[in-house]
Formats: sequence, structure tokens, C-alpha cells
Amino acid sequence: MMFIRSFVFFFGVLATLLLGWAALVGIPDIMISEVKPPEGLERYTAEELFGRQIYIREGCLYCHSQQVRPEGFGADQDRLWGRPSVPADYVYDRPHLLGTMRTGPDLMNIGVRQTSVSWHMLHLYDPRLVVEESTMPPYPWLFEVKRTAGPDEYILDVPGNRVPEGKVVVATPEAEALVEYLLSLDRSFDAPQREVTNDDDE
Amino acid sequence: MTQESKTNVNEATERAKAFHQHETMDDTELRIKIDESVTSQTAIFFATSLFWLLIGSIFGLIASYKMHWPDWLGEYAVLTFGRIRPAHLNTVAYGWISLAGAGTLLWMTSRLTRVPLQWGWMLYISAFLWNVGVAFGTAAILFGYSRGMEWLEFPRIAGAIIAVGFVFFALPILKTFVRRKVKHIYVSLWYILASVVWFPLLYLTANFGHYQGVVEAGMNWWYGHNLLTVWVTPIGLAIAYYFLPKVIGRPIYSYYLSLLGFWSFALFYNWNGIHHLIGGPLPTWLVTVSIVASVMMVIPVLAVAVNHHMTTFKHFNMLKYSPTLRFTVFGAMSYTAVSLQGSAMALRSINEVTHFTHYTVGHAHLGVYAFSTMLLFGAIYYIMPRLSKWEWPYPRLVRLHFWLTAIGVIIYVVALTIGGWYQGLNMNNSDVSFIDSVVKTIPYLYLRSLGGTLMVAGHLIFIYHFVLMVKRAGPRRFAPPWFKKPVEESAV
Ligand code: HEC
Ligand code: HEM
Repeated sequence: MMFIRSFVFFFGVLATLLLGWAALVGIPDIMISEVKPPEGLERYTAEELFGRQIYIREGCLYCHSQQVRPEGFGADQDRLWGRPSVPADYVYDRPHLLGTMRTGPDLMNIGVRQTSVSWHMLHLYDPRLVVEESTMPPYPWLFEVKRTAGPDEYILDVPGNRVPEGKVVVATPEAEALVEYLLSLDRSFDAPQREVTNDDDE
Repeated sequence: MTQESKTNVNEATERAKAFHQHETMDDTELRIKIDESVTSQTAIFFATSLFWLLIGSIFGLIASYKMHWPDWLGEYAVLTFGRIRPAHLNTVAYGWISLAGAGTLLWMTSRLTRVPLQWGWMLYISAFLWNVGVAFGTAAILFGYSRGMEWLEFPRIAGAIIAVGFVFFALPILKTFVRRKVKHIYVSLWYILASVVWFPLLYLTANFGHYQGVVEAGMNWWYGHNLLTVWVTPIGLAIAYYFLPKVIGRPIYSYYLSLLGFWSFALFYNWNGIHHLIGGPLPTWLVTVSIVASVMMVIPVLAVAVNHHMTTFKHFNMLKYSPTLRFTVFGAMSYTAVSLQGSAMALRSINEVTHFTHYTVGHAHLGVYAFSTMLLFGAIYYIMPRLSKWEWPYPRLVRLHFWLTAIGVIIYVVALTIGGWYQGLNMNNSDVSFIDSVVKTIPYLYLRSLGGTLMVAGHLIFIYHFVLMVKRAGPRRFAPPWFKKPVEESAV
């Protein structure tokens, strides 16, 4: 009797977990793995992937989401953050960077909204140089302060007298890759069929 | 004692005999033997958990200050917000809550099965591996090797070390259960057994599965939420079910409610994860399933709530005396609050406002702090003297610890609940520029830092007191550190 009860108990406990896994992970995996990369979505280049790695390393995802909500759910559409995101937008994303926090704005289409390299560079070096009231952290270690820049190095145009006399601020390869990644964030192409997202479409 | 309360006690004893044998056996010798079999293992888990509590909550405090003073310590890559924040989450979740929880569970297991702990040597290996895993994983995050998924930031190697550590924790618990000397299995033990089966499975599927794009996001949140389902919450509920009746000296109100609470919890809670992605690019049916399951959580929560509150009801005066009970009741009430809030937050209309805001962070701390952490504090206050055979030397420090953390977390949660809601409304109103919506949250973020500072001060006092106790410094007491003499109770 005791044995049967224990068996029922452990079996029940296992079954509940596996059911949850099947419903929320297993079945969606089968359904969504058929999603094809849409036309217009390009694979990340090696440089962009390196930049993406910096994005992960510095934890940008704890303040920025990468998912645009549809009309009627929040003001994403009114703020012109891009069309609603669909599963196909993410086929090349590993790990995913959807995020759950918007201490800063959504970045799913930042490459459309802000195309200026110099803006991004200054903003990463010290956000308050370009947005006075910003609460975003500065990333000075992605830059180098030195006497002269190398031939291919990007020199920041830092306003005011922050930079010591006779020195320049240049972007490290990490900063360049990160900006490259940000500029690649562009899902302005037409959304592919949405039936996976909205089963009641047709 | 009045006539009425005598009948109550008799009735209670009868019920206790039927359902909770361990409560009525006054066989102290066996208890001492049992306690001795777990002493050094539990103490190691507790002591190391306090180390992570200290480190982890200081990380949290730094992250909090940085949200309103972004340039403070801004030049150090290792301390940047995006690294210190996941370091905070992982140290408090896998260090503090998990280790303190493991220590409590193993102590409760041998008490509830009425046998000395079996295979106790494995727990030394477990504590060692677990701590190594957390230390290694945290260092990896700070030095830039995060995996980039919330709750799963530790590199796979650290995950594997922790998983092996967990197996060495689960085996002694299961073995002790097999050797049990009781017929009736008390409800705390259901939660303990379920969590030692669930946790390793969950951890392995999440750390070692292969998924892509939005499925990975789904897996991420199935895991993130389930860590609460299969580990953090069962720890808290096992503690509440054990200590409320224990300290009050009355059995739990209803066995059938416990049963309903447990199975509905197991069934629904598992399906909640995708409510972290409402409005996101996942299939609508998937999100809807999670919303429905989140609302169904009202059933287990109310079952547990009624059960706990009916047990405590009429005994609130005990709160004046017992430190353990004060923390336990605070934690049990927070469980009801945080769960009902969570069910509400899963509704689309509310989620539209609260998602992506500081409101969620307030909710998180109502859960992991006001519920879990406070219950763990209470459990440690109860268990440590039984292991070290030395009472807490200064009741005053206990009181200070309680008020600092209780007031701190209330400020924290209230500030972010109001500030986050307001932030959500502003963000959803495109007439307010985004940066304005950011600026308007700053006063609430200052308040959060205030609350957090009080909480950390409470932790420092607790740790100081713990060290005093272990070193047997301070006055020797032969009775628990009651806040007032319980004799007064019979006079009331
Ligand atoms: C502590 C939270 C926080 C972190 C971490 C953070 N940001 Fe931000 N970010 C903000 C805030 C707040 C704003 C809005 C104010 C501004 O433009 O500076 C913002 C704005 C931005 C913008 C401009 C968006 C727009 O629509 O104009 C970009 C681009 C950006 N952040 C990139 C990054 C990158 C890249 C990282 C990681 C290296 C990062 N952020 C880390 C808070 C953060
Ligand atoms: C010791 C018990 C604590 C536990 C278990 C805990 C747990 C957590 C969890 C789970 C999160 C993630 C929240 C989310 O993503 O929604 C988090 C975030 C955070 N916690 Fe804590 N916490 C604790 C104490 C503290 C303290 C004392 C502070 C000090 C103020 C603090 C400050 C923060 C901050 C600033 C964040 C980041 C919020 C954000 O990303 O906007 N925590 N904590």
C-alpha cells in the first residue's frame, strides 16, 4: 500500500513536469523549427556576431528588449519602433535576446531609427554627452584615450574639454563591432506569413 | 488556562495523532540523535549561504545605486550594471536561497522521517560542488563570459558542477525517505520530495537542450519561472507548513486543503512560464495557455493561504514572542500576496502596463525576498540553536534584523509597484517622450535604494549575530530568545 502510494506520488510529480515541458517547449519546438528564414533577413557577419557578443557581455539586454509589440498592446507602434515581431525574425538569434525590461527603449530596429555611427560611439562612451537626462551606463573601456590614432581607427568627436590636451579618444575593435551589430538591427522587411503566431488568421 | 482552550488543545491533539505523528511524539532523545546526524552538514550549508547572501545583496545594492547614479563606479567594467545585475540574481538565487534552502530541507527531512540522515557524507561533496559552481559562474559573469539568458547566465561548466552537486543532495534525501519510520507523510515532505525530483530534470533540460530563436526564449522562461515552481516555492512552502504548526503548537488546519494545494500547484504552476512573454512574438495559443494556468494558480494559493491563516488565526499574539514565527508569518502572508499579484499580472490588460517596467522587479522581490528569504531567516533562527546547542545570544539583534528587513522590503516593493505602474502608463502613452518616462522613475529608484540599504543593514546584523553564536560569544541562554517572556501569554 505504502509502496503504491509512493509510486503514484513520484509518477504524478514527474508527469506534471513533463507535461509542462511538452506544452511550453517540446511542441512549440516542433512547430516553429519549420519556420524559414524570411527574405530580407540577413545572416549576421562575423563582425556583427562579435558585436553581439559584446552586447551580451555588457548586459545590454537587462535594460533593452528586442521585441516589438503589436498595435493595441502598448505604444510600440505609435513610438515607431517597427512592425510587430514574428518568430521568423529570430531564426539566426542564438542566444535569443528578447529581454523583459525596458529601462531603455526597444532596440529591435535601432539600425533603422539611429543610423549615425558617431552618435552611437559618443552614446556608448558617455550617454549623457548626447542625451542629457539619460540613465544609461557609460562604457569607457570600449574606448582608448591616446596620443595619436592609428590609420584605421575611429576617432570620437567628444564635445567640451573632457579629453586631455593633445589626446584623442578612439574606438576599440569591440566598440566598432558593437556599433556594427546595432546598425544591423533592422527588421523593416515585410513580415513573412504570420500563421504560426496567429493561428486564427486564416 | 480556560476551559475552552483546554478542549481546543485536546481536539488538536486528537487531530495531530491522526495526521501528524511527528508532532505528538515527545521522544526528545530520538530528536537529538536525528539533529546530531545532520548538524555539520546543515551548518555548512547555512554558513556558506550567508556568505552568498552578503555578497549577493551588496551586488543588488550596487546595481540599485547605479540605476539613479549611472556614473558611479562607471569606469570599472567588472561592476557595470549589465554584469553586476545578473551576478546579483545568480548569487542570491543559486547561492543564498538554494544553499539555505538545501540546509533547511535536509534538516526537515530527517525530522519528518524520524530517522537519522542517511548517506550524510554525500552532503559534504554537495555543498562543496555547489559553492564551487556558484563562485565560478559568478566570476564568469563579472569577467564577461555570461551565456546571455536570464537565470541561465552561468556557463555550462558551472551549471554541470551545480547539477552534480544537486544529485549528491537529492540522494541522501531520497535514501532517508526510503528508510522512514513514519506511516503518514507530512505535507512539507511532499514538497521536499517533489522538488528533489523536479529540480535536476529542469536544470538539465534547460542547460543542455538545444533550441533556436523564439523557442529558446520560451524555454528560457519555462525554466526561469519553473525555478520558482520546483525549487524556491517548495522550499518556502515546506518551511511554512513545518514551522507554523510547530511553533504555535497546533496541527495544520486541514489535511485535504494541503492535498488540494499540492496537486493543483504541481499541475498548474509548471505551465506559467510563457506569461513572461505576453505581447511577444510567440504563438498566441502558447501565451494563452500560460495565462490560463497563471490564473488557475488562484486555487493552490487560496488552499495554502486558508490553511496557513486558519492555523495562525487566534495565535497572532505569539508573534510578540517568537522570532521564528514572526518571520514565518510575514513570509506566509507574502506568499498569498505575491501569488495573487502574479495571477493578476498575467492578465493581458494588466500585463500591458506592468511588463517591461520596474513593477515586475517589485513583484520579484515580494516573492524571493518577502516570501522566500524571510521564511529562510525564520528557519535558520529555529534550527541553528538545535544544532549548535547554543541559543542566539542577543534577542535585540533578532528584533533589529526583523524590522530592518521587513521595513526595507516593504519600502522596496511599494516604491517599485507605484513607480513601475506609473512608468508603464507613461511608456504606453506616446505623448510622453521615452526619456521623460525614464526621468519620472528616478524618485522611486532612490526609494528602492533606501529600502535596499535597510535590508543589507539587516543582513549584516544577522551575519554578525550568526558568527557570535557559532563562536559561542555573548551571554549563554537556556531558553530561546523570546522577545518577551511567554509566561505572559497564560495571563492574557
Ligand atoms: C541601466 C540600463 C541600461 C543599460 C545596461 C544599457 N542601456 Fe541603452 N539606454 C538606456 C536608457 C535609459 C536609454 C534612453 C536614454 C538614452 O538614449 O540614452 C538608452 C538608450 C539606448 C540607445 C538609443 C535608443 C534610441 O531609441 O534612441 C541605444 C542604441 C542603446 N541604449 C544601446 C545600448 C547598448 C548597446 C547597451 C550595452 C552596451 C546599453 N544600451 C545598455 C538604458 C540602458
Ligand atoms: C537577498 C535577497 C534577494 C533576492 C533573492 C533577490 C532577487 C532578485 C531577482 C530574482 C531579481 C530579478 C528581477 C526581475 O528580473 O524581474 C533581482 C533584481 C534586482 N535586485 Fe534583487 N534580490 C534580493 C535582494 C536585493 C537587495 C537587498 C537589493 C538592493 C537594493 C536588490 C536589488 C536588485 C536590483 C537593482 C535588481 C535589478 C532590477 C532591474 O533589472 O531593473 N535585491 N533580484
